[in-house]
This record gives sequence, C-alpha cells and structure tokens, in this order.
Amino acid sequence: MPKARVLIRPKEGILDPQGKAVERALPALGFEGIGQVHVGRMVELEADDLEQLGELCEKLLANPLIEDYEIQPL
Amino acid sequence: MIWGVLQFPGSCDERDALNACEVVGGEARLIWHEERDLSGVDGVVVPGGFSYGDYLRAGAIARFSPAMEAVAELAAAGGPVLGICNGFQVLCEAGLLPGALLRNQELRFICKQADLLDSEGATLSIPMKHGEGRYYAPEEMLDALEANGQVAYRYADGHNSNGSVRDIAGVRNERGNVVGLMPHPEHAVDPLTGSIDGRQVFEALEGFAS
Repeated sequence: MPKARVLIRPKEGILDPQGKAVERALPALGFEGIGQVHVGRMVELEADDLEQLGELCEKLLANPLIEDYEIQPL
Repeated sequence: MIWGVLQFPGSCDERDALNACEVVGGEARLIWHEERDLSGVDGVVVPGGFSYGDYLRAGAIARFSPAMEAVAELAAAGGPVLGICNGFQVLCEAGLLPGALLRNQELRFICKQADLLDSEGATLSIPMKHGEGRYYAPEEMLDALEANGQVAYRYADGHNSNGSVRDIAGVRNERGNVVGLMPHPEHAVDPLTGSIDGRQVFEALEGFAS
C-alpha cells in the first residue's frame, strides 16, 4: 500500500511557544547559532489512494486556521 | 428549560454542568456521545474535559461524534448551545464557532480564578483550568467578530494568563445562540465555592430556547 508522511506545522506568524521553549533551552546546553525553531507534528500513514490525503488534512489531521500541512509521498 | 449535557469518553465536568443547569432553574440530562437524538432537549452544554483523550488536537475527534451532528442541527435551528473549555474547543473544531484554541503562551496548565468582562461590561469571577486556552483567530476575523459584537467574554486587565488575542475568553456565533468560553461557569454557581457569577453565563442563553 502506498505510504505517505504528513508534516503539520504552526502557521507562520502565530506564536509557537513550544519552538520558543526549545530555543531558550539551547544556550544552556552550549548550542549556539540556532534559531527560528518551530515544533509541529508528523503523521505517517498508508493509503490505497494518496489523492484523498488533502481532504483528510483539511478535515482532520490539521486545523487550516492555525496550521500548514505538507504531504510527502514515500 | 431542559438542557442536555454531552458526555464524551474523557469528559470530566459534565456533573457540574448538570448541577449548574438545575441551579439556574432548568432540568438537565446527560447525553452520551453516541446518541443522535436530541428530541426533548431545548439546549445543549458541551462540557469540559479531554474528549477522546484530546488526541491529535483538543476537540478534533469529538466533533465527528453522532451527538455533535445533532448539536450542529440544534445550533442551525437557533437553539442554545454552550461550550465550556474542551466544549469550546470542540465547537471551534466543528466550525460552529470562529477561531481556535492553542497551547497556553507559557506552556503551563493554568488553574485559578479569573475576572471576565461580559459584553455589557459586567465583571464575572469564574475559575479557569486549561492547558490549551489561548484563543486565536486571524486579524481580519477578529475585526469582524468585534464589529458584529461576537466577543462574548474578555479577560479583565491582568487576567489574560494564557495569551489569548485581544484578551478574548469567549465568543458567540453571529446569531448569538452558540457561545463558547474557556473559563468554567459551571464551577461558579454555588456560594460554597466563592462565586455564583457563572449562573449568568447559563441564564444569558435561556432566551434562545424555543
């Protein structure tokens, strides 16, 4: 069965406190020069027809008001 | 007035919601999430908790339940619907209310008494308890909500601890019969717990019962 990976991330411009929390932790761990961290979700799935994934994302996997999604066939 | 209080797997505030409906002079019964028939019910409370474990996103799975189909029909017919906390998240996910609820700005679960202002400017003292209560809507949507008088409740100065845009604690649909808010009016109906201001949130919707 065809496989796909769906990446879901907060829309640009919306405060992403999870990303900020990761950024704030970096200096204490000695990491420098890393910024613009954003934390999202990844969904892996198998589907007979990958064409239906767009609708699936719109209706369930993502909330289009606050999240962008990207479908990657594997 | 007869209220129906939805109960999903993972709901946890439905008992207090039942009690609140009765305190304000109504009758109330529980409606299991698999029930599709709301006949005999004048209005619905979608209570707080963690419906279906809040997997994926808070409220995202609950919106597909049979009971929510019936709630959408009741809302379309102009019947009163009140979403509290997780219930507010469910109504937003279902498209019955505008906007979305995001993780609290400071990423911490917040549990405390908050002052809210209703549309008329009256102050209500009501507890809040949530991890994902940061109201968000795009700027143009917010402008439209304010222009239409759809901001039902705001956090008073210094009480917006979750980072909600424009201090919004609760919104209503255009018709006004569907209202959702993050704080918990059902926990503020008895003097024993410090405030009875929550009663007003229930009473404000009674006029929509047919």
